[in-house]
Amino acid sequence: MSLVIKVGLASCGLAAGAGEVFAAIKTHIKKNKIDVEVKETACIGMCFAEPLVEISREDQKSIIYGEVTPENIGNIIDAFTKGKPVEENVIISNILKGSENKTYKKQKRIVLRNCGVIDPISIDDYLGNDGYTALEKSLKEMSRVDIISDIKNSGLRGRGGAGFPTGLKWLFAYNAQNDKKYIVCNADEGDPGAFMDRSVLEGDPHSVIEGMIIGAYAIGADEGYIYCRAEYPLAIKHLNIAIEQATEKGYLGNNIFGSDFNFELHIKEGAGAFVCGEETALMASIEGKRGMPTIRPPFPAQSGLWGKPTNINNVETFANIAWIILNGASEYAKYGTDKSKGTKVFALAGKIKNSGLIEVPMGMPLKEVIYGVGGGMKTEKPFKGVQLGGPSGGCLPSELLDTIVDYDSINKTGAIMGSGGMVVMDTSTCMVDIAKFFLNFTQNESCGKCTFCRVGTKRMLEILIKISDGDGKMEDLDTLEELAHNIIKGSLCGLGQTAPNPVLTTLKYYRDEYIAHIKDKKCPAGVCTSLLKYEVIEDKCIGCTVCAMKCPVNCISGERKQVHKIDQDACIKCGACYDACKFNAIKKG
Amino acid sequence: MKFKTEIDITINKFIGKKGILIPLLQNAQDIEGYLSKDLMSYVSEKTGIKLAHIYGVATFYTMFRLKPQGKHIIRVCKGTACHVSDANSIMKEVNKQLDLTNEEDTTKDGKFTVMSVACLGCCSLAPVIMVGDNTHGRLTPDSIGKILKKYE
Repeated sequence: MSLVIKVGLASCGLAAGAGEVFAAIKTHIKKNKIDVEVKETACIGMCFAEPLVEISREDQKSIIYGEVTPENIGNIIDAFTKGKPVEENVIISNILKGSENKTYKKQKRIVLRNCGVIDPISIDDYLGNDGYTALEKSLKEMSRVDIISDIKNSGLRGRGGAGFPTGLKWLFAYNAQNDKKYIVCNADEGDPGAFMDRSVLEGDPHSVIEGMIIGAYAIGADEGYIYCRAEYPLAIKHLNIAIEQATEKGYLGNNIFGSDFNFELHIKEGAGAFVCGEETALMASIEGKRGMPTIRPPFPAQSGLWGKPTNINNVETFANIAWIILNGASEYAKYGTDKSKGTKVFALAGKIKNSGLIEVPMGMPLKEVIYGVGGGMKTEKPFKGVQLGGPSGGCLPSELLDTIVDYDSINKTGAIMGSGGMVVMDTSTCMVDIAKFFLNFTQNESCGKCTFCRVGTKRMLEILIKISDGDGKMEDLDTLEELAHNIIKGSLCGLGQTAPNPVLTTLKYYRDEYIAHIKDKKCPAGVCTSLLKYEVIEDKCIGCTVCAMKCPVNCISGERKQVHKIDQDACIKCGACYDACKFNAIKKG
Repeated sequence: MKFKTEIDITINKFIGKKGILIPLLQNAQDIEGYLSKDLMSYVSEKTGIKLAHIYGVATFYTMFRLKPQGKHIIRVCKGTACHVSDANSIMKEVNKQLDLTNEEDTTKDGKFTVMSVACLGCCSLAPVIMVGDNTHGRLTPDSIGKILKKYE
């Protein structure tokens, strides 16, 4: 019986200690002479339980263990080889009863088809899973127009967030008359709370590269760039390896598959500017300039990189292409809703039980995504909101959880689909604070070109700070809304046009909370420190003096075995006493 | 400039290609640790790119540093998931351990530079920090001291 052990070694896994686990496995099997193949893979998707290790037999029977440590892995392997697998720490298994994969069944994995399955730095693994057959089919059996109409018919829309039909975008670039054209992959995943593109690039870089080569052939480009965030060193490493391998095998370079099609691919590392996710800013950055957006038209399809026709798509969009070419447009269009076809990858994070990477068919209600696939809330605290679309998106309350996941339905709520970040929040989150958080982000990242975006976001942020400090007035809410609408109208690019969304949606759905800050001078979630007050509950205090010892400003007084008192004027609201008290005798409110 | 030979090699590697400025400055920063005024003037002289343009790019992108940096760069993630998981207390603890007051600062012994970043993409392990190229997740303020010790 030969066994295969796979270890998830993507950024999440490594951060949780998968590297040490991997080393421990190697040592253990060598020491005990166990006949097993140890393989690296990337993101298996269940990041909440990292480090993840999958052990499988020849007959496809397998167990995925979570929260594996160098200490317990030896026992897990030994028990498995003896046919009596360890039953603790099991995440998914098709051997043990009761741990069948319920959440996987609700998913449809097209983009993530190879993530967590193959070794991302082995081109043979990719080839073994139909890799580069779509490229071969495109070059040998299909015309450029065939490919574009396939993509058009599949209904695929840009997965970067805006949702523009990909086939149409390709057609514009195809129609542009020029000897030189470029294709660009936008891998500048800047939304805080989103990690879909990182996981795809780390886990299946060849699928993105294959999609790009097919796209380049279709529009007639001979050179391409992948613009990747520098904060993703592992993704860049895997991309470099993959490009080298693809070049060696002849999928990149001259006369690909014996055709007259040549294609050269480069990686450009970003240098840290959120606005570079906007396509015109991204191109300016590739050209070595400040990443500032320019007015459209001309659209990149007419005049893009160095003035040449350019087509830009997001990582997830490209990762869909090979699957569509191989399985057909109609097969892809079977999934999803009328206007949003296929699947969407989401990064679940925040106060959700099964945080990680999921891919679901479009049209699934948010409730099903959060509770069915995501397993519901992590703590006992109730659901308060879900943040979609990062700084360009919005927060939706529980009343809107029946909203289905597709571009148009989500837009109607005031949020946006965005690139796929989904951050779940419980009652310990303050919505004024969240609005402030995003405004602080966009205000920092505004490139400064448009006055409304540059100055308007700053004024909005100042108002939000005022409200969270307890100095807000009711008319501030009107000013916020007025500024928001003007910023939307007065900004050139997507950053400014969507920056007010987090404020507008929280004002729409959580207005009471703003009013509580302004009128009652209270933060219901207990987050805004200026509005907090720590008090000793006299009945519960036994006078143990622990709080007084922990207080960094010595503002708690009281004799041993006597009720203590907090001097409100001196208190800096750090919460040290609240955390230290073992008798729950300190009230926060 | 401390490493003029290496800088010359890097510049020569890029000369004659298109869109070189950002990767060139990234490489130069890797060599020297930061972009000094002398370094930027030198790059301008060698490549013919105007100094104003170089300075404009260097100040636009957050990854470029215009001051000397510590041996280890600590990036404290302030993304959404980290924010709702109390990244502020992690930042406070890092600064407390290193005896720093500002959010972006370098220790007196030059060992550490601390900065906050928008998102490191490890949201399911929030809150997260990155020291050099290593990511550390599921942090609590109590765990910071132990991590920093590894990089002494």
